[in-house]
Amino acid sequence: MLNATGIHTYYGNAQVLHGIDFHVAEGETVALMGRNGMGKSTLLKSMLGIVAPRRGKVRVNGVDVTGHETSSIIRRGLSYVPEGRGMFHNLSVREHLLMAARPGIDGRRDWTFDRVLETFPRLAERLDNLGTHLSGGEQQMLSIGRALMTNPRLLILDEATEGLAPLIRRDIWHTIRAIKATGIASIIVDKNVNVLLDFADRGVILVKGEVVCDGPAKAIKQDKSTLSTHIGI
Amino acid sequence: MDIWMALIQMLNGIQYGLLLFLVASGLTLIFGIMGIINLAHGAFYMLGAYLAWWLAGITGSLGAAVLLSLPLAAGIGYAIEVLLVRALYKRDHLDQVLLTYGLILIFNEAQRVFWGNDVHGVAAPAMLDWSIKLTDTLSYPVYRLALSGVCGVLAVAMYLVISKTRFGMWVRAGASNRDMVAALGIDVKLLFGLVFAVGAALAGLAGAISTPISSVAPGMGDNVLILCFVVVVIGGVGSVKGAFLGAMLIGLADTFGKVFVPDFASFTVYGVMAAVLLWKPKGLFS
Repeated sequence: MLNATGIHTYYGNAQVLHGIDFHVAEGETVALMGRNGMGKSTLLKSMLGIVAPRRGKVRVNGVDVTGHETSSIIRRGLSYVPEGRGMFHNLSVREHLLMAARPGIDGRRDWTFDRVLETFPRLAERLDNLGTHLSGGEQQMLSIGRALMTNPRLLILDEATEGLAPLIRRDIWHTIRAIKATGIASIIVDKNVNVLLDFADRGVILVKGEVVCDGPAKAIKQDKSTLSTHIGI
Repeated sequence: MDIWMALIQMLNGIQYGLLLFLVASGLTLIFGIMGIINLAHGAFYMLGAYLAWWLAGITGSLGAAVLLSLPLAAGIGYAIEVLLVRALYKRDHLDQVLLTYGLILIFNEAQRVFWGNDVHGVAAPAMLDWSIKLTDTLSYPVYRLALSGVCGVLAVAMYLVISKTRFGMWVRAGASNRDMVAALGIDVKLLFGLVFAVGAALAGLAGAISTPISSVAPGMGDNVLILCFVVVVIGGVGSVKGAFLGAMLIGLADTFGKVFVPDFASFTVYGVMAAVLLWKPKGLFS
């Protein structure tokens, strides 16, 4: 589905990523982990063309998209829920969802306006509110709902539960599991590593811009020494 | 001032405001969404006026000239966006000001080369070239009413497109967070190109339809540009609704300022701007 090789990314002269190889298979859920500042978000942005990697190749479904526009990479069946949720201050909840709607690359429209509202009933009560007037949890639901409106094959979630109350966080996790069950692949960056490793298929740990661990989520979850060394839990 | 005179000034103020809105709406979108300070926006107003005058001379019909000048202004706007402006999105405002100021000079020189420096007038179409009699001495030209009508219809159409269509949602979303718009897979480059072209076409249209009420003259775009920046700042950068209110305020303030305080006429619009900014430092809708 998504395949990145030898990604080197710099911010100015500071090298953030040192030759990362990363891939996601069709339908696979990958937990991308690491302490703050280790390059998780930068890796996502490098693969999506939001930040230009200095070296390396990115392929989506076998097509080389290195150096392509973000929008054209995304249109190959990817969807991105960024850290901070990316709300539009001047669009209502309804408009957030409608503006993003499009059929998937296979032409299917599994995720419609109605289905997103079924998944997130709280949004249905707030359709005419502005995106920025929602609570943090509702904003996160809207950000995920908006991403689903594009009928993606791969959903990329960057810190989707950050700053949320425990109950809301549980709701979001529940939804993310439900989305996984529909066969959509995902890359999930999240601080709640234990919850994440419970249902992810594979885990990848970054340290200082390099992959130090890449393996089945179950094995990583049991490998307490790796987790405590590289993530601190 | 009697009531008829006040009515006439009111209509003039509204008509001027609506005309300013056509130019300023494009400017505020280009500034708000694309982050581009487009000093050359007034040049499209001038271009529209000269094209209308020139094409009216060739075709013998102002209506045909206006219709022909629209796609020309849009096409030239799109070409400038693709060839020049596109390279400057990631650069700072000073670079954009340099480029678009350079474009003003090129447009003005091109106008001199193609059409000369004479001042021209265009007659209103015969169908609209008459006046409504208000009193024995006062009457109001129908062309101005028609002009207000056309601008009003366009303002409503623009409101509908921006508030009800998906294209409008993308444009507003772009003004709020353009990186997120791209991250949703929307072709922001194409969106920006279209917004720039539509902005140029609206400014050109304003210039073209204003030819029967104001002369076609060198430098005519520069005055409009400055007023439009005032409108954009009053309304709040990126807000079309704000541009509408700002344009009406400035149109009325300018018109009534010239009547009531002629000695301070050139100051009234800036007085209004200062008052609005003291009340709302980021403009009416920011």
